Amino acid sequence: MAVTEALPEAPEQFVEVVGEKIHWLQSGSGDSLIVLHHEIGNPGWLPFYEQLAQRFTVTVPDFPGWGQSERPLWMRSVRDLAVELNLLFDQAGVEETVLVGLGFGGWVAAEMATMNQSRCKRLVLVGATGVQPPEGEILDQFLYAHMDYVKMGFHDNDNFRRVYGEEPATEQLMDWDVHREMTARIAWKPYLFSQTLPYLLPGLTTPTLIVWGADDRIVPRSCGERYRDALPNSRLEVIEGAGHFVEMEKPDELSRLVLDFAGA
Amino acid sequence: MFIAYFTEQPDASFPQEIGDELGYTALLLPNKYFNAEAVSELYQLRLREYQRAEEVGFDGIMLNEHHNAPFCLQSKCNIFAAVLAAATDHVRIELLGNPLPISDNPVRLAEEIGMLDLISKGRIISGFVRGGGTEQISTNANPAYNRERFVESHDLIVKTWTEPGPWRWEGNHFQLRVVNPWVQPLQKPHPRIWMPGVASKETVIFAAEHRYPFVALSTTFETTKKIWALYDQTARAVGYEPGPETKGYELRVHVQDTEEKAIAAAQHYMWMQGEFTGVTHPVWHNPSGYGSPTWRRQFVEMANGRRQNVANVGKDVTIQDLMSAGNVIVGTPDQVIEGLKRVLDELRPGILNIWCNDGRVSHETGMRCIELMGQEVLPAIRQYADELGLNSPFDIDAPVSLATTPQAELQPVGA
Repeated sequence: MAVTEALPEAPEQFVEVVGEKIHWLQSGSGDSLIVLHHEIGNPGWLPFYEQLAQRFTVTVPDFPGWGQSERPLWMRSVRDLAVELNLLFDQAGVEETVLVGLGFGGWVAAEMATMNQSRCKRLVLVGATGVQPPEGEILDQFLYAHMDYVKMGFHDNDNFRRVYGEEPATEQLMDWDVHREMTARIAWKPYLFSQTLPYLLPGLTTPTLIVWGADDRIVPRSCGERYRDALPNSRLEVIEGAGHFVEMEKPDELSRLVLDFAGA
Repeated sequence: MFIAYFTEQPDASFPQEIGDELGYTALLLPNKYFNAEAVSELYQLRLREYQRAEEVGFDGIMLNEHHNAPFCLQSKCNIFAAVLAAATDHVRIELLGNPLPISDNPVRLAEEIGMLDLISKGRIISGFVRGGGTEQISTNANPAYNRERFVESHDLIVKTWTEPGPWRWEGNHFQLRVVNPWVQPLQKPHPRIWMPGVASKETVIFAAEHRYPFVALSTTFETTKKIWALYDQTARAVGYEPGPETKGYELRVHVQDTEEKAIAAAQHYMWMQGEFTGVTHPVWHNPSGYGSPTWRRQFVEMANGRRQNVANVGKDVTIQDLMSAGNVIVGTPDQVIEGLKRVLDELRPGILNIWCNDGRVSHETGMRCIELMGQEVLPAIRQYADELGLNSPFDIDAPVSLATTPQAELQPVGA
């Protein structure tokens, strides 16, 4: 999906795992860093990825059923998704990586890390869903029009316009709808969190950076605090002037935090 | 011809100005505006109207089910069916129907309908529906699996009614370790299954492939004829000739002694801005995954304000507009008979569901409408239907399904 701001392009590739075609973007050089996208999907090769690609080989897969990856009709849970992505990176020979999960992708990243700590050298969770918020609720996108929901993920509407344009193309709206349907298929109930993941997190000793936008209206910051309290080797940072989509609103600040944490 | 009486059971006590202010009348409409005392009284009035409908000669009473909205006070159609099973004598109770995907236990539904059939002495017509989009949200049924759940639930219920237990069901969406309910329906092989719908092709095909009558809900003549064409093509492909007994039509008809009185009462059809499932946001009406993927482009344009919301077009429509289209009929008995004859000529249904009263129509006005229907309209329409050969499934004892049609009678054409 084309975005309005001029972006560097990244080579794309199709790979196959468990008989399904998966699409990913990959650029940069150095150690592996994998970014897992939001439930609204990946809008393209973002400046955030490009900044990370100065230090890492950055891979951004479309989840099965999202973007250009084939829909897995059998898939019923986010844990299924995490297992499939672990199999994908087994097959790709990725022995060690930094795992960066954005929003819903943060949940997927946390699930993947609990299954395979030896691969995940550093974990970054940005506005991650996956745990039930002790205070507040994860915003229910099924009650809002697609564009209104995405706008609610931005602190500043100008940032929405910069990425998606004043009036996103109908194709973009259709992509959001397909992704919303896929979200329903695997995360409808309970909505965007796991009832069992919190009990597994204390066993995850991977150094973890948790980042939250100060104005995240989609996922309450109490989720970040819950991740911080459950993960023995973690810290929580808050970025001012950002909503849920921190990587699109404050790419410089976020990439600096990630590079300081994982790039040394 | 089978003719049933229908009302949405509107909550006439609902403060309409709240809906006008908020811009919606379903799902998120705050239930603090619910008036329990008024609704308790409304239920009593509806019961008397249903009993009168039986007395004046309707063949059936159609019931339905909706949630979180004042346009329909039936949040479980089986409950009012239970009341009617005891409070009426011979009228058929037409459930249109139980929304299968929103129930997590189809065997419980099979038991409930079985009980209803026994208590009513075999008067149940068991319609099945997918449920509206908002219902998927209000009952937290996954919209992405709505159709899969519908089909699996249907298969499980029919098997529960027809295959002696105990057996086990390990399905994709439902798992039951022991299916062996003691209570079974009175009607054999099982109560008739009818499928109401609007224009979802998948539902039309499902009905035709199972030889279940399809009841078109207030669709235009043009759309209804397209539905019939698809139904007939599918029916012939699986091997039977579909007659009027496979075609049902629901429409709004209001009759009074004078045209003025009838039009005044019919204004109440517009009480939800003409939208009989309430005014909602398109994403509530069609949660992602609920609708057909072929419709995705139009849907996202509607949901994001780039195209008129077809679900809420009522604002600028008047009752006269609807009447001139021919599928809302309002007037004196003679006028209504003439309008209904045109419906029979155009659509040739064997099943008619007549939606008489809506909105804030008073009990007295509603009762007069029912009485005039019985005294003047029903006899004339029955006679005309006979002349046209519009038989109901009961008139010709049609098989209840394709599965119960003798194999030798099936002659697939053009499959």
